[in-house]
Amino acid sequence: MMTTEVLDIVRHDLLDPTGLTDNQLQKVLHQLAGPQIDYADLYFQSTYSESWVMEDSIIKSGSFDIDRGVGVRATSGEKTGFAYADDIVMPALLQAAEAARSIVKQGQDKSVQAWHQLPGHKLYLPIDPLHSLSEDDKVSLLQRVDAYIRQKDTRVVQVTVSLAGEYETILVMASDGHLGADVRPLVRFNVSLIVEQNGRRETGYAGGGGRFNYQYFLQDNLAFEYADEALRQALVNLDATEAPAGPMPVVLGPGWPGVLLHEAVGHGLEGDFNRKGISVYSGRKGEKVASSLCTIVDNGTLPDRRGSLNIDDEGTPTQNNVLIENGILKNYMMDKRNARLMGEKSTGNGRRESYAHLPIPRMTNTYMLAGQSDPQEIIASVKKGLYAVNFGGGQVDITSGKFVFSASEAYLIENGKIGAPVKGATLIGNGPDVLTKVSMVGNDLKLDSGVGICGKDGQSVPVGVGQPTLLVDELTVGGTRSQS
Amino acid sequence: MSEIKKIEFNPATFEAMAEEVLREAKRKGASEAEVGIAFNKGFSVSAREGEVETVEYNQDKIVEIKVYFGKKSGSASISDLRDEAIKAAVEAACHIAKFTSEDPAAGLADKSELAYQFPHLDLSFPWSVTVEQAIELAIQCEREALAIDQRIISAEEASISTIEAWNLYANSNGFSGAFPYTRHDMSCVLVAKEDDEMQRDFSYTVASDPSLLKSVSLIAKEAAERTVRRLGARRLPTMKTPVIYMAEEARGLMGHFTAAISGGSLYRKASFLLEHLDKQIFPAFMHIQEQPYLSRALGSAPFDNDGVATRDNVFIEDGILKNYLLGVYSARKLGMKTTGNAGGAHNLIIRPGNKNLSELLKTMQKGLLITEMMGNGVNIVTGDYSRGVGGFWVENGEIQYPVHEITVAGKLQEMYKNIVEIGNDVDIRGNIRTGSILIEEMMVAGE
Repeated sequence: MMTTEVLDIVRHDLLDPTGLTDNQLQKVLHQLAGPQIDYADLYFQSTYSESWVMEDSIIKSGSFDIDRGVGVRATSGEKTGFAYADDIVMPALLQAAEAARSIVKQGQDKSVQAWHQLPGHKLYLPIDPLHSLSEDDKVSLLQRVDAYIRQKDTRVVQVTVSLAGEYETILVMASDGHLGADVRPLVRFNVSLIVEQNGRRETGYAGGGGRFNYQYFLQDNLAFEYADEALRQALVNLDATEAPAGPMPVVLGPGWPGVLLHEAVGHGLEGDFNRKGISVYSGRKGEKVASSLCTIVDNGTLPDRRGSLNIDDEGTPTQNNVLIENGILKNYMMDKRNARLMGEKSTGNGRRESYAHLPIPRMTNTYMLAGQSDPQEIIASVKKGLYAVNFGGGQVDITSGKFVFSASEAYLIENGKIGAPVKGATLIGNGPDVLTKVSMVGNDLKLDSGVGICGKDGQSVPVGVGQPTLLVDELTVGGTRSQS
Repeated sequence: MSEIKKIEFNPATFEAMAEEVLREAKRKGASEAEVGIAFNKGFSVSAREGEVETVEYNQDKIVEIKVYFGKKSGSASISDLRDEAIKAAVEAACHIAKFTSEDPAAGLADKSELAYQFPHLDLSFPWSVTVEQAIELAIQCEREALAIDQRIISAEEASISTIEAWNLYANSNGFSGAFPYTRHDMSCVLVAKEDDEMQRDFSYTVASDPSLLKSVSLIAKEAAERTVRRLGARRLPTMKTPVIYMAEEARGLMGHFTAAISGGSLYRKASFLLEHLDKQIFPAFMHIQEQPYLSRALGSAPFDNDGVATRDNVFIEDGILKNYLLGVYSARKLGMKTTGNAGGAHNLIIRPGNKNLSELLKTMQKGLLITEMMGNGVNIVTGDYSRGVGGFWVENGEIQYPVHEITVAGKLQEMYKNIVEIGNDVDIRGNIRTGSILIEEMMVAGE
């Protein structure tokens, strides 16, 4: 259940300073709703964020940002009118409502349903992480990590360490009676570094975070582990030789390589593309689109995860949605608008970057469930191929199904053994095709460390990915070395 | 349909606000301060299936504040322009400066470098189009595109947007400058289908002056042609082959060059062009220059993010790197002078050659024409380059068939040296202006 505590915090943050009352907000929604309006909502948001950056062994910069405002939306059939204001005051709200409503001809007001709270989750604490460490302690953590990693290896020539946090409160009031409130902490710690040896420079990067406070990075010296991991990657890359070019078996490591699923499957199953019938997965529910070893979910209900939400940005509680079960396409991811137009229900995937953007169907935490195979066996089964364990980003064309994702740490596999490291290379494939070629799934499901950002239609939102070790029988590796 | 009320567009208000920020910083004990204010308003509409789908009204404003206490700095930003909010933001920036370190390179531009006198540039051309008219244009665009070829099964959307904006920068060395600009665009995204294959593509036009926008009919036609011609796409065998980056994708290729010569990459030793000043980067026929004062150009600006005058920098002359791209901070880190590039280059012009695209294809004879790129497999530290592409296979100087699901890979250092020719088909829709680029050879991975 959404606690009254959360609603109280949100009201205090968003409405109290403005003096706006429930009656006034009802009035705005009444003005928005009309005979031809199917749905209208108000989205109040306030975000306090900070970041601290250490570079060249000094605390180089610190910043504090405040953004608050309200988005006003009215929909009628396939039409949506949208306006927003960064002054949360009655005249601005009424003006935005007038603008949003202008997509339909004026009509008589009709009643708005009485507000009721939907049962939401309690996946994270309603805390302000920015105050979970003193400024001195934030700075000291950055300094200690920087000194630690520079001392660990003299080949380290450049280190950037950063700590960032966000305290966001949101309030959704909708004409369908939904009232949703959420307090969303989000923190992140990153280490990127450059090593140099015999004139060759290589980079390493590691980080993590989630919906909790800064203490997380102090537990078990996690911040120092990120630094170790960044150094390890950079040193591996110092020895990397040219990556191969062409199709070959590819073993993907557990965790962040799940970006494969985000690109190859995830975007193609978002409701807007499927309502328009322009996804390679459109109209294919119930069909086999992956090998029967593949069960893929989008789960917004994991405690503390970066991609998790108690409620989505339309007030709908998030769910654990099965997208593909044993290779069969089961569900698309829906926001309210696309669900209504397709005669379905929202799956709790309506998300927006901020009050200044319209909600659209988005992923939360997307991952493949564990299989039966021992990861060692998976590698041992490959005579000649690639073992890719770290990636940068990816991209997909949801209409043709073509997708890419770029490896940043990879090794050759020769006769079932992990061999020499190779340079980063882009892997390219066709979503539905690649998943039918998944021939082994490991028992080592791992989620990423909490660094994912997904961009769509110019909107960025935090997401998570994950997977166990996988064998794809054939993927095209975009290296520079011809295969003999 | 009613229109949103006009928001007061008053640079004098923002100038007063900036002055107040600087005064407040001084009251709080800051030795120096600077403030940037960006403000824009406009709307965008999209149409689909003969009807309006979305109407979005935009109005964004942001105030970015940086204060210095000697060589220690703190920053804050805020979207709320009420007095007390701005005071709180200055306070927050001052608080942060207590915890940052002394940074010898920190601080405002020297007075001698500030653009106290800057030219007026013709960058603001508000579009008189109403929301209703924009909707009609978008609907017309979709209707015309769908009628061109029956294999086009739907439009993802046709959209129009228009923005009027102001940029203001002021600092405690007495600089205060503001300039208005506009940006209008129209785009059409289509999906074509034949048998089981679906392909998506688009066309767009963008300009500061609405009279420079391409017509609705032309955008519809281009979008339709681009989408339909992708049908029947095949893969290519893995091989080495000559490659042409079509102008719109060549822009990205040259964008990696600007990233590599940017001060931020250089002082972090995060560039494959470290210590390359006066060295040959490109073939001798290549020249790359910045033209920040071009009238009606999207990248123009009279001063940079430090308040320093922008200028006609020459970066590449006869293929040789003549200048880095520096702001005040990165220049100090490198022991050099700012080039007026805090925030990047303004209209980077790659000098065009004299062949159009079809003549360039003839020169290549056989190879890959790249019209689409995917992913971000580019490492600026090492120059390693590997990206997904789509395009066309060319033989006998003529396009043979569309290709997709392949990658091209190489090393930027070598790709730049191996540029054979630049076309005259310059794409002016972005901040980097280049024609199509022919590269002698790259590795293609496919079947």
